[in-house]
Amino acid sequence: MTAKPHLDRNHARHLLGQMLRIRRFEEKCAELYTQQKIRGFLHLYIGEEANAVGVVGALSADDSIVATYREHGHALARGIPMGPLMAEMYGKSTGTSRGRGGSMHIFDRSTRFYGGNAIVGGGLPLAVGLGLAEKMRKGSGVAACLFGEGAVAEGEFHESLNLAAVWKLPVLFVCENNLYAMGSAVERTESETDIHRKAEAYRIDSHRVDGMDVVAVEATTRKALERIRAGAGPQFLECMTYRFRAHSMFDSQLYRDKSEVERWKERDPIERFGEWAVACGLLHREDIVELENKAAAEVDAAVAFADEGSWEPVTDLCRYTLMDAVPT
Amino acid sequence: MTGAQERQKTTYREAIRQAIREALKRDDRVFLMGEDVGRYGGCYAVTKGLLQEFGEERIRDTPLSESAFVGAGIGAAMAGMRPIVEIMTVNFSLLALDQIVNNAATIPHMSGGQFAVPLVIRMATGAGRQLAAQHSHSLEGWYAHIPGLKVVAPATLADARGMLWSALLDPNPVLIFEHVNLYNMEGELEADAGPVPLAGAVVRRPGRDLSVITYGASLHKSLAAAEQLAATGIEAEVIDLRSLRPLDDEAIIASVARTRRALIVDEGWRSGGISAEICARVAEQAFYDLDAPPARLCGAEVPIPYPKHLEDAAIPQVDTIRAAALELVRPQGRTA
Repeated sequence: MTAKPHLDRNHARHLLGQMLRIRRFEEKCAELYTQQKIRGFLHLYIGEEANAVGVVGALSADDSIVATYREHGHALARGIPMGPLMAEMYGKSTGTSRGRGGSMHIFDRSTRFYGGNAIVGGGLPLAVGLGLAEKMRKGSGVAACLFGEGAVAEGEFHESLNLAAVWKLPVLFVCENNLYAMGSAVERTESETDIHRKAEAYRIDSHRVDGMDVVAVEATTRKALERIRAGAGPQFLECMTYRFRAHSMFDSQLYRDKSEVERWKERDPIERFGEWAVACGLLHREDIVELENKAAAEVDAAVAFADEGSWEPVTDLCRYTLMDAVPT
Repeated sequence: MTGAQERQKTTYREAIRQAIREALKRDDRVFLMGEDVGRYGGCYAVTKGLLQEFGEERIRDTPLSESAFVGAGIGAAMAGMRPIVEIMTVNFSLLALDQIVNNAATIPHMSGGQFAVPLVIRMATGAGRQLAAQHSHSLEGWYAHIPGLKVVAPATLADARGMLWSALLDPNPVLIFEHVNLYNMEGELEADAGPVPLAGAVVRRPGRDLSVITYGASLHKSLAAAEQLAATGIEAEVIDLRSLRPLDDEAIIASVARTRRALIVDEGWRSGGISAEICARVAEQAFYDLDAPPARLCGAEVPIPYPKHLEDAAIPQVDTIRAAALELVRPQGRTA
């Protein structure tokens, strides 16, 4: 574990608490899916929580975020309230997008959360644009763009890295490399499997980090953000991580060995960080119990909020297809 | 003519350039980006001189990355800027189709109205410059299929200038299709010509015998055909759609209800094209007013070829429009 001086008890509680919230929220989502309260595609982030908490937690309020269809963790880490998030999973009008987006399309204007994008690679150009707007307005915000290693094969990845580098835009590209694009292993789909080297080819500062280590992810992100804010242009992180669950709820996982999954589970970011923090005296066992209880209570409240929410009236079906005004 | 001193000679190209210039002066959130819009001056010279006038921050030459710079336009628009993105031709816009259809058109709805995409995308369209099948197509009808987009095709100097203004004021993504054969069109325009609404077809020539419904460069061919028809005693009403999404049903149906005959003229292909949509609406809404089945004159179902005689044959021309109108009004084998 990479220890940082600022990693005090409060911060350790925060990091562990955030990862636990995400984990317990998603476990509940899986359960609700079997009850058919959540429908459509459900892509769980379980196993990858250290990345959302490490990256998103290091951002400031002025920064903006573009994520993928596996974005529940990023949304929660950003501070989007769990109730509206769960209501969106249900498709209720009390959801973040009034139910129109669902699991894959979480948006939140107040926290500059620009989606939830279910086109692999489709979010990268948006992040370039967010960075461009920030630079043109001479703001200090950074556009953080999270995507999986599957996006790296898309043309939009290369176009976006090049454009961000040519224009020296304040964009933090974060590749969450969980080794599989749905069922396609990275070594079967990439001629260069060291993803960060592709960013280097665009002359973007690039770092590989252990994505199962929340402290390492956070520390590396902070350094990258500092460089961006100092005017160094875009930065690139490759977070080595692993998804413990199936790609979606329809995936029987024929493409990977159970033993591989078990090996990665030994590096569970939550257990690993919790044990480490207890071992070095940062946290007590009681802290973990308390954080677990808080997460459970928050999840229960979110489910109640979602259950109570109303459905959008069918008369509003076409609302927001065209906007009457730009929201302010 | 009163007010002659206020009118200036100009071209369609210059009218667009003037509209961009005014927008850049009026609103510091506005900027232009695209391939070769700066130093080169624009593939069709629309943006010539703007780099010198406004600088590299606001006139941005992009790499050849349609998806990235269109998507960057969407992101910048969501973040509060008012980008104008130029795509060289509609054929190249296919490389940005993901961003236009999956992001620009969906995000306002998909976010429950939290984000708007006030983005303007300009692109050249159409045949007539012998550029063959990868630079000459008319795919605006495709875009008109997509909820969440506005699609306009200015055919006059006043519309070229005024619709860009309105597009920048609109909270939605607006695609502006500029027919390549219009750029050199000359005319006069008031020095202080104002914004032109994005929706609303107009009657460019009134007539009683049939409605010719068209847009873009085909408008001028249709007007020339109408002039020739008038010499034979047939008065064609020529409707300029101006907007393909939304379509102005009211204006189309009102005209057809008067003339009882509809001829749709479109450079785009017939199968599944915007002409099919207009035909369907005429049939749905004016069926009992019609004296003849609605007719269409469209692009031949072929990739636009290079040699002039084949290119000419592939799209509507004055003589084929005239012939189609005659056939509709005085069908062969029937008495008029």
